[in-house]
Amino acid sequence: MEEIVLETQNLTVYYNGRPAIEGISLRIPRRRITAIIGPSGCGKSTLLRCFNRMNDLIPSARVTGRVLFEGVDLYGPDVDVVEVRRRIGMVFQKPNPFPKSIYENVAFGPRIQGIRDRRKLDEIVERCLRAAALWDEVKDKLHQNALTLSGGQQQRLCIARALATEPEVLLMDEPASALDPIATMKIEDLMRELAREYTIVIVTHNMQQAARVSDYTAFMLAGEDRVGRLIEFGPTQQIFTRPRDRRTEDYITGRFG
Amino acid sequence: MQARVTLERDLSAIRQDVLRLGGMVEQAIDRCIEALKRLDVGMAREIIAFDEEINRMRYQIEEACLETIATQQPMASDLRAIIAAMFCATNLERMGDHAKSIAKLTIEMADEPLLKPLIDIPRMAQIAKEMLRQVLEAYVEHDPEKARAAVARDDEVDALDEQVYRELITYMMQDPRTIFRATRLLWISHNLERIADRVTNIAERVIFMVTGELQELN
Repeated sequence: MEEIVLETQNLTVYYNGRPAIEGISLRIPRRRITAIIGPSGCGKSTLLRCFNRMNDLIPSARVTGRVLFEGVDLYGPDVDVVEVRRRIGMVFQKPNPFPKSIYENVAFGPRIQGIRDRRKLDEIVERCLRAAALWDEVKDKLHQNALTLSGGQQQRLCIARALATEPEVLLMDEPASALDPIATMKIEDLMRELAREYTIVIVTHNMQQAARVSDYTAFMLAGEDRVGRLIEFGPTQQIFTRPRDRRTEDYITGRFG
Repeated sequence: MQARVTLERDLSAIRQDVLRLGGMVEQAIDRCIEALKRLDVGMAREIIAFDEEINRMRYQIEEACLETIATQQPMASDLRAIIAAMFCATNLERMGDHAKSIAKLTIEMADEPLLKPLIDIPRMAQIAKEMLRQVLEAYVEHDPEKARAAVARDDEVDALDEQVYRELITYMMQDPRTIFRATRLLWISHNLERIADRVTNIAERVIFMVTGELQELN
């Protein structure tokens, strides 16, 4: 049995009073990569954003049901949202480094947390850049502007930045869709490496990527009513070789209309 | 539902080629028994040459499967269909090898008359051929029950093989001069028994293709 880090129970998210996703019950195992796949508009990103309360930033959004992180309801009254986002980091589709140096990008989170000691910061920056498989490429230009890096390097810098606050979970929303195949492979290899220590949830519309990189796969689909639902969840190997649901089969085999 | 035209076309071509290969093997089984009954060396040589065509067809199927995997990235049932086709092609080709072995043994025996009138061996060949036809039908029709039914007759072939063995042992004990011909008939019987076994292998892959479950039959 896998140990569960994140769990949704009958989760429904409304935008402007209309459900975008409905009745999602899903369990995310620790130190595994879980991929959420499905066609555009099925609510994969909406679901991902529930895991660190990013939907709070959308004024019309309302959430019912529960999202448990280590058994605690993330939407409970006493929860510190900043702390949630520290422990559950996020990496977005387009690399979005701050227009600062490589060093300052990674040191940003720890500084906000109050770490001032230069040696300590140096240590964190090096550890995170190493973990993001970027250290060797940037160690001689740490004070260069991050925007001078290539797209793939920028995305790995964003991963390093996310790691700097010592999260337990990394949420990744299409982290490689803006990258070329080589940079994509580097990100995928990095994800496998990171999964030794972190729980990763990735949203991707690239099915091959989900098949290559993930341990578990969740397939979501919006019905005629345009409300996204979880259709099937299981080990990736099973989903891609013998899905149980006809709708998963149709999507996986590319026959989805 | 939106079709994947190229993938569908590739899969259909692969399926047709597997059936064609099955037909060729059926023909090889038929003809090797015919050559044996008549001790027809010319016909036996033709079967040996025909095996080259069977081998070529097998490689053609394998290549088509590889190409489809590489270019179409098939998943789920499509992927299982391709894996099943590769496996069927391998097993059909090996069935062809057994027919070739029978032809070679026939050539070895052709200098003397047959040891005895052949009854059980042609019967084994007939059942094996019917099993093969049935499993190929199961393959095309995606019918696991039919695949199981094809395998059910394997016991008949095994029983006949056993019977042939006992009978030939009797011959050899009575008259050592029959040993050369009797052992060759034994090997022929054994080749037919192996052909029927390979039907089981194919049936397992048909069931896998349809259900995703790999289970051993027999």
